[in-house]
Amino acid sequence: MSNDVSPKERLAIERTKMPEQPAEKRVTNFKEVNLGLAEEAAVREAQRCLMCKKRPCVDGCPVAVRIPEFLACVAEGDFAGAAEILLVDNALPCTTGRVCPQEVQCEKFCVRGAKGEAVAVGWLERFVADWAAEHLAPPKPPAKRTGKKVCVVGSGPGGLTAAGELARMGHDVTIFEALHASGGVLRYGIPEFRLPKRIVDREVANLEALGVKIEYNVVVGKTITVSQIMEEFDACFIANGAGLPMFLHIPGENFKGVYSANEYLTRVNLMGAWKGEESRTPVAHGSAAVVFGGGNTAMDAVRTARRLGSDPAVLAYRRSRAEMPARIEEIKHAEEEGIRFDFLVAPVEILGGEDGWVRGVRLQRMELGEPDASGRRRPVPIKGSEFELPADIVVVAVGISANPLLTKACPELKVNKWGNIEADEDGQTSIPGVFAGGDIVRGGATVILAMGDGKNAAQAIDRYLKSK
Amino acid sequence: MFEVVSNEVLAPKVHRLVLKAARVAAARQPGQFVIVRASDQSERIPLTIADADAQAETITIIVQAVGAGTEEIVNTPAGGALRDVAGPLGHPTHLQKWGKVVCVGGGVGTAVLYPLAAAAAKAGNKVTTIIGGRSEPFVILRNELAAFGEVLVTTEDGSLGTKGFVTTVLQELLDDPARRPDAIFAVGPVPMMAAVVKITPKEIPTLVSLNPIMVDGTGMCGGCRVTVGGEVKFACVDGPEFDGHAVDFQELANRQTTYTDHQHCRIGLDKK
Ligand SMILES: Cc1cc2nc3c(=O)[nH]c(=O)nc-3n(C[C@H](O)[C@H](O)[C@H](O)COP(=O)(O)OP(=O)(O)OC[C@H]3O[C@@H](n4cnc5c(N)ncnc54)[C@H](O)[C@@H]3O)c2cc1C
Ligand SMILES: Cc1cc2nc3c(=O)[nH]c(=O)nc-3n(C[C@H](O)[C@H](O)[C@H](O)COP(=O)(O)OP(=O)(O)OC[C@H]3O[C@@H](n4cnc5c(N)ncnc54)[C@H](O)[C@@H]3O)c2cc1C
Ligand code: SF4
Ligand code: SF4
Ligand code: FES
Repeated sequence: MSNDVSPKERLAIERTKMPEQPAEKRVTNFKEVNLGLAEEAAVREAQRCLMCKKRPCVDGCPVAVRIPEFLACVAEGDFAGAAEILLVDNALPCTTGRVCPQEVQCEKFCVRGAKGEAVAVGWLERFVADWAAEHLAPPKPPAKRTGKKVCVVGSGPGGLTAAGELARMGHDVTIFEALHASGGVLRYGIPEFRLPKRIVDREVANLEALGVKIEYNVVVGKTITVSQIMEEFDACFIANGAGLPMFLHIPGENFKGVYSANEYLTRVNLMGAWKGEESRTPVAHGSAAVVFGGGNTAMDAVRTARRLGSDPAVLAYRRSRAEMPARIEEIKHAEEEGIRFDFLVAPVEILGGEDGWVRGVRLQRMELGEPDASGRRRPVPIKGSEFELPADIVVVAVGISANPLLTKACPELKVNKWGNIEADEDGQTSIPGVFAGGDIVRGGATVILAMGDGKNAAQAIDRYLKSK
Repeated sequence: MFEVVSNEVLAPKVHRLVLKAARVAAARQPGQFVIVRASDQSERIPLTIADADAQAETITIIVQAVGAGTEEIVNTPAGGALRDVAGPLGHPTHLQKWGKVVCVGGGVGTAVLYPLAAAAAKAGNKVTTIIGGRSEPFVILRNELAAFGEVLVTTEDGSLGTKGFVTTVLQELLDDPARRPDAIFAVGPVPMMAAVVKITPKEIPTLVSLNPIMVDGTGMCGGCRVTVGGEVKFACVDGPEFDGHAVDFQELANRQTTYTDHQHCRIGLDKK
């Protein structure tokens, strides 16, 4: 096959389907839902790309992956060539190919989407990345060392990307991670059925092959402060995420069986509670689960509850489907898995039993009013519309904010009124040599934006170190 | 990996371990704790740092084996190693010169109390300690605490010291104008702390160290939330010490039992 497929032929090809585990089967396990494209399907899908001169898809990608170029290689069956192009712009493509909200980024702007379906850029990215992980040798540390020491705080996507870039530049990189494992949200938040942890392990192994050192159990702000880091290192990149769960502040929120999404997902993912008896970490489970929220986190929590045996597993969201920030694919998968969506409802109270366990939630119906500051129509409560739902498990997934642990111990580091670190487009903070990016700067954002920040900051740090 | 330098038995199921943990030892202040995982499959167990030696790069923990996690820790012999030791976490103890400080410890709470008593003495307070246990072997750290002042002992069976509970002796001190405390530190099981607070007048500052179930210990999960003065606090970052008079002990006691109900809390997927 080759690229001399005519435009007409290209247009005639229909978007491929992602092979998946059947819904009735996957709700009984934590194996990945999407099985990945076969080579033939990938080549054919890549041939749907029209190789547009204007490349609107590239503009839609926060790290400007050279999409038509890598797709052209795939269309030729040259996967190594595709990987080479992809990996220049994207350090963790196995991950982003799975978790990027493609429908609002690259694929949103694909010209083929105007009259039909966009080219499946995300699935092809995953295909190429998985192929590369299997076939290409791990990277080697560069021979030329700069002798400069850089500290990276946090091993989420932002930290991992920066560490990789800096190591490739020949700097001596150490990551300080608060937890006992790497990956940040990729490990403790996003479940196995969406992002298998072997992928995170492999990305981290690649970094270690590049010479990056990871020191776990170092809680910056407690174990060591940013100023102490700057005595040991020549520069520092802070990517400690946003990790502070928001609660609803309604009565009954502290009954047993009520979790923040962070705790629920951490117990299941990081601590391995999904493995049942194999894991020492328990997690409460019950016949009925209610999850509050409408984003990826809420979706991950409710689908996890479903897999742990809850039926009904209900997602209760304040607004309507159109306002849900979750990825389209997750919403589709959740529906197939029998998740019940209750839109335009807000929690009023969490009800508990004599035994101290949650037994239900009281909700109020909402209607959509005028648009608010975010441009989304504001939900307004409907008087006298309160009703109750039974629940043995309640998960609160209504957002996160900046965790002040690190910044409080470093008053010289400027933060905004929400506690997010202030950084310019290079990631430079108020302290010379200290850079920051990812969720701690942006508030809860996305994997690819955190990675983009990591990459930018790495370049800025390199310039800073050269100028010193 | 964090080397276990020594491991000695203090009482049935209560061990004192000295660990090599250079960064923690250098940063630690009294009242702070670490989170320990003995091996790759273990839970994250919060434990108070009883003592630290920055020079020797070691910390001391005193651990009561109550379940799988703590069991594994106390069973790690000297020369062995623990996989993870993260910290120091939590706020350091608020210290000032109050005058007469009475430190009340129950069971393994005495281990948590020990660094607080040490710090209170160092801050120039006159320290009296009341420690209790079921019977003589369960009364720990008696000699160590004697270094900071008078130690009064209670046992439920009367095998050592006064027969009864720590509150019996505390009540005597409260009733005696010459010995009435200016501040109280109380650490132990929830019912004990609640009982201490109940008999203590509001005008005597009464600090308690809370032990809710924790996961990360950094404010990330909210699992350790407690209600203090009507407000929700995360014990790992806002505490673990709080004004005892403001704590909702009933809620804390309820939340602590979340995982005792294994029926409700263990899962088995793909079970045929
Ligand atoms: C459940 C869930 C699902 C999501 N799904 C998606 C999705 O499908 N697609 C998408 O694009 N985005 C998704 N997101 C958002 C995305 O995961 C985040 O935007 C992204 O992970 C942010 O990366 P980061 O590197 O800034 O921080 P994080 O991933 O949060 O990593 C921060 C790391 O720093 C460590 N750390 C924190 N404090 C300290 C400290 N004081 N010292 C040392 N280390 C510290 C943390 O332990 C962690 O490992 C999801 C988020 C959640 C919670
Ligand atoms: C800030 C803090 C400091 C602590 N300091 C010490 C210390 O210095 N020495 C010491 O021996 N213990 C201390 N503890 C208590 C210790 O963490 C628990 O005993 C331990 O987590 C139990 O874990 P396990 O796996 O051994 O038992 P599990 O099998 O998990 O539980 C056994 C029993 O203990 C209960 N439990 C679980 N976690 C806790 C908890 N955090 N607190 C109370 N009960 C719990 C369970 O519900 C169960 O009934 C401290 C706790 C906190 C939060
Ligand atoms: S990184 Fe994300 S947005 Fe960019 S091309 Fe890949 S899937 Fe699309
Ligand atoms: S917009 Fe769509 S068709 Fe055009 S180059 Fe990008 S992926 Fe290909
Ligand atoms: S233990 Fe997770 S927030 Fe305190």
